[in-house]
Order: sequence, then structure tokens, then C-alpha cells
Amino acid sequence: MHSDVLKSKRTLLLIAAGLALSFLVERSGLVSSYVLQILMYVGINIILTLSLNLVNGYMGEFSVGHAGFMAVGAYMASIVTVWVFRNSLGWLAFPVAILAGGAAAAGTSLIVAIPSFRTRGDYLAIVTLAFNMIVKSLLENIEALGGPRGFLGMNRLTNLVWVYVWCAITIYIIRNFVYSNYGRAMLSIREDEVASNLVSVNTRQTKVLVFVISAFFAGVAGALFAHLVQFINPRTFSIQKSTDILVMVYLGGIGSIFGSILGATVYTVLLELLRPLGVWRWVVGPLMLVVLMITRPTGIMGLREFLGFVPREERAERRKEGTAIAAASR
Amino acid sequence: MPLLHVEQLTHYFGGLRAVSDFNLDLHEGEVVGLIGPNGAGKTTVFNLITGVYRPTRGRIQLDGKDLVGMQSCDIVSMGIARTFQTIRLFRELSVLDNVRIGHFSQARYSVGAALFRSGPFRRQEERVRERAYELLETFNLSRYASSPAKALPYGEQRRLEIARALASNPKILLLDEPAAGMNPNEIDRLLETIAWLKDRFGLTIFLIEHQMRVVMGICERILVLDFGETIAEGTPDEIRTNPRVLEAYLGKEAS
Repeated sequence: MHSDVLKSKRTLLLIAAGLALSFLVERSGLVSSYVLQILMYVGINIILTLSLNLVNGYMGEFSVGHAGFMAVGAYMASIVTVWVFRNSLGWLAFPVAILAGGAAAAGTSLIVAIPSFRTRGDYLAIVTLAFNMIVKSLLENIEALGGPRGFLGMNRLTNLVWVYVWCAITIYIIRNFVYSNYGRAMLSIREDEVASNLVSVNTRQTKVLVFVISAFFAGVAGALFAHLVQFINPRTFSIQKSTDILVMVYLGGIGSIFGSILGATVYTVLLELLRPLGVWRWVVGPLMLVVLMITRPTGIMGLREFLGFVPREERAERRKEGTAIAAASR
Repeated sequence: MPLLHVEQLTHYFGGLRAVSDFNLDLHEGEVVGLIGPNGAGKTTVFNLITGVYRPTRGRIQLDGKDLVGMQSCDIVSMGIARTFQTIRLFRELSVLDNVRIGHFSQARYSVGAALFRSGPFRRQEERVRERAYELLETFNLSRYASSPAKALPYGEQRRLEIARALASNPKILLLDEPAAGMNPNEIDRLLETIAWLKDRFGLTIFLIEHQMRVVMGICERILVLDFGETIAEGTPDEIRTNPRVLEAYLGKEAS
């Protein structure tokens, strides 16, 4: 018991240290503004990857239009800061805008989820693909939001500290969800949906719930992104962007928090390093997706987790895993 | 009043009549068998009772409450659990998680409580874990708790499937060919297990079986299906000597 308290204190300390570090890096000028920007992209991509991993990795469905939810979050948050708060209140208005972005994306996902989860299988891929395209062309045709020229006027409210805080929140919430009754229900849908329903899991409700949580965080990522680049246009949220998120999920590893962090980090940095290739670097993402699907479809950390992201109560069982399997196949 | 009442249950797949006018009254504590040749519609009856398919016609009542049109998960929560003809475990998940998922409808905390790991969440999770371990202990599976289900030997997988079904606290257990793929020795053990299950958990059991010695050995009453029609119903002895059954089903073995 005593050591448990100590350990949870250590976790809190680690999180606080990260926060202090992000603050220091942001303010001290230790790194160039270019590197700072990349760090923030990494953070935003971690949130996007984790959120898509819920649906595609943990639940085993195939959603391919995640950028659509990001767009909803980005536009909604920008509307809130620019039109509602008229760029007043500074960073005080920012959490409200981010939550509004997340909520808008979550609400939109409900419209997509309810009809598409009435059927089974590949329909979700088709519906989400169509959704991504619809969002993009809607935004292109709404003059008030700038149409194809895009929406601007946001202050640069996003900084490394905000990105860090939201990454931490996302990891915390998603971890808690995964290791709960609802999370286990989500995993059982991936394993065998029919059996899941027949051992009392309300699969329909669970699928909608997972989809909504996933979209919420995509919206949050969109909100952070919009207030980092201070200019968003519909083209930013095309299928291309959705593909990038898919690559990060399948690179890092499905059904893994650590894998999502790894995938988002490696891919974001890699694309930066490939900048000299010009347009050709956009071939890398789709190509990687194809190669990954063929060679290692579950990704680097596929279905495995770094113990640090497993709640303490669940760890005991995970540690024993190796020995128990050996016993089982004796 | 019967625990489970099925009346004139009829189901069509397109133009094919898979089950027609199936009637069943299952009383508390009974063990009833459903036999018949391949493709007779036995598993379809299970699928209709558990809401996988919605029957074309007919009525299914548990404790006087209508089940037709309900979702499978609600039917299971009301007290009808089942296993499958071919094992359908959550293969990549741990043995413990397989059983904990069976407890899904019993952990009553909100999504919010789960997302922020509130007090009620922790208490209920602890209870679910304890109950799951108890079940595993009962089935002699607790030493495998953290192994993935797919790593278990075949017989243990069958037992785990039953443990998972019992996690939802059922009144009725539907067993779909529990002896499939077992040798005579294992079948003897299975028969003991079923009898013990019935007493230990106060269950009413309805089982599908292919092998005559299983149904004859354990069922108090047997229904025989052929091409979706109930051609006979009675005690094992009556079934053994029924000419229609012999013709449709046992005939091949008797000759």
C-alpha cells in the first residue's frame, strides 16, 4: 500500500516535470522556433493517432476519414475565438474554444455513427470516406467561413505547454477508457462482434460511444492545429491528411498507447527530414501504408503496451503473461 | 409457468423454411436436449432464442416476458446465456478478460466514472475482478488468467466458454454441441461437468447435441428436429424407440 502511494506520487511528479520542461522549452529559446513548431506538430499528431487508434486499432473497425472530424474541430474552435470572443481574453478563451471544437466533432460523429453502425463490416470505411469529402466540399462552399480561401484571424494561442497538457489529458482519458468495462467491450468487438453481443455486451452502443470519444479528440487536435498555424482551409483536411493519420496508427501499432506516441513521433519527424524531396515526400505516407499492411499489419507495438500506460491494478496480470503461456502450452 | 416458453416459432431464410412451428416449454431445473441430423435447424433455434435472428413468426417468452425483437445483449442480460458450436472466444484477450467481458451488464458505472476512475468505478471493477476469479477458480482455470485465450488447450477453451457464459448470471444455459471434437473419455467428464453445473449454479439447460450418448445420458427430455420440423418429443427411452426418429436420424446408426 505504502509503495503504491509512492508510485502514484512518482507518476504525478513525472507528469509535472514534463509540464515544467514544456514550459521551459517554450519560453527559454533553447530550441529554434522551427524545432518548437515540429514538437507541437508531434504532439497534435499524437492526439490524432491515439484517437483514431481507438476505432481502428482497439475496436477493429476501419475509419478512414478522420481529418473530417479534425476539420470540424478546427473550424468550430476558430469560430469561437474569432467570432464569439473576438480574440479577447487571450489564453483564457482557449480552453473553451478547444472544448467547443471537440464537442462539435463529437456531435458530428454521432450523425455519422448512428446510421453506419447499423450495418456491419466495411460500410464504416465507405461512410467515413464520404464524410471526409462532404466536410471538405461543404467548407469550400460556405462563403461565410472563407470558402476555398480558408478561415483566418486566429491568434497564435497554441504553444508547447497547451499541446503537452492536451496530450496528457488524451493519454489519461484513453487509457482509463481502455482499461474499463467499456474498453473491454470495445476489444471484444474487435475479436468477435457476434459473440460479444451474445455475452451481454451492448455492441451497438459501445461502437457509437467509442466513435464519439475518438471524434472528440480529433476535434481537440484540430482546434490546437488551427491556433498554431493561424490559417485553415478546407484542403488541409483532405483524404491526404486522413491517410497520414492512418499511417501513424499502423506504423506505431494498433491497440497501443505507446505505439501511437511512437508512430506519430517517427512519422512526423520523418516527413520533416524528407522535406528536400519536395512533392515526392507525399508519396512516402501512402507507400508506407501499403508496405506496412503487407509486412507488419499490426505495427511496431501491435497489441502490446508499455507497462507505464497500464493502470496499476491491471499490471499484475500482464507481468505474469509470459510464464502463464508457457504453462498453458506445457 | 415454464421458465422459457416458445410457441410456433417459425423462421425462413429467403424461401427456405429453416424452422417451422417449433414449440418448447422449459421448466426450471430441467435438462432438455435438441437433436437432429445436420442442417435440421438446431442452431437456428438457438439463434432465434438469443435474438441473433428475428423469427418470421412465433413467440418466445422468458418468465412471461416477450423476447422477440429484443437485442441479443438484452436477452442475455435477462438470463439466457449460450456457448457456440465452434468455439468463439476472444482469442487475443486474456482468459480473465474473456470472463470479465461476460460481466459487462453487471458493472454499472457511467462512462464518466470510467474516464476519471472514480470511487464507484474502482469498487465495481474490484468486484468484477473478484467474481471473474471466482468463476475461473470454479472451472480450474485461474492459473491461466493472464494468458491469451488462444493459448489454452482445446478442452480448457470449451470450459472457458462456459465460464464466460455463466458470468452474466444466467437462469438458462444453451449449450451448442458441447461434446464436439471430444473423445469418449472427455465426454464422460463433460457429462459430469454439466450435471455439476446444473446443481452448482441452479441452471436450466437446453443443449444441442449430435452424439446420442451425450443426450441419452443426461437429458430428461429430448426434442428431435428434421428439416425444421419437430418430429418427436419425449424421454430418452421413447426417443430411442420412436420409428420416425429411427428413420430420420438413428436409422443410419442402427443399420
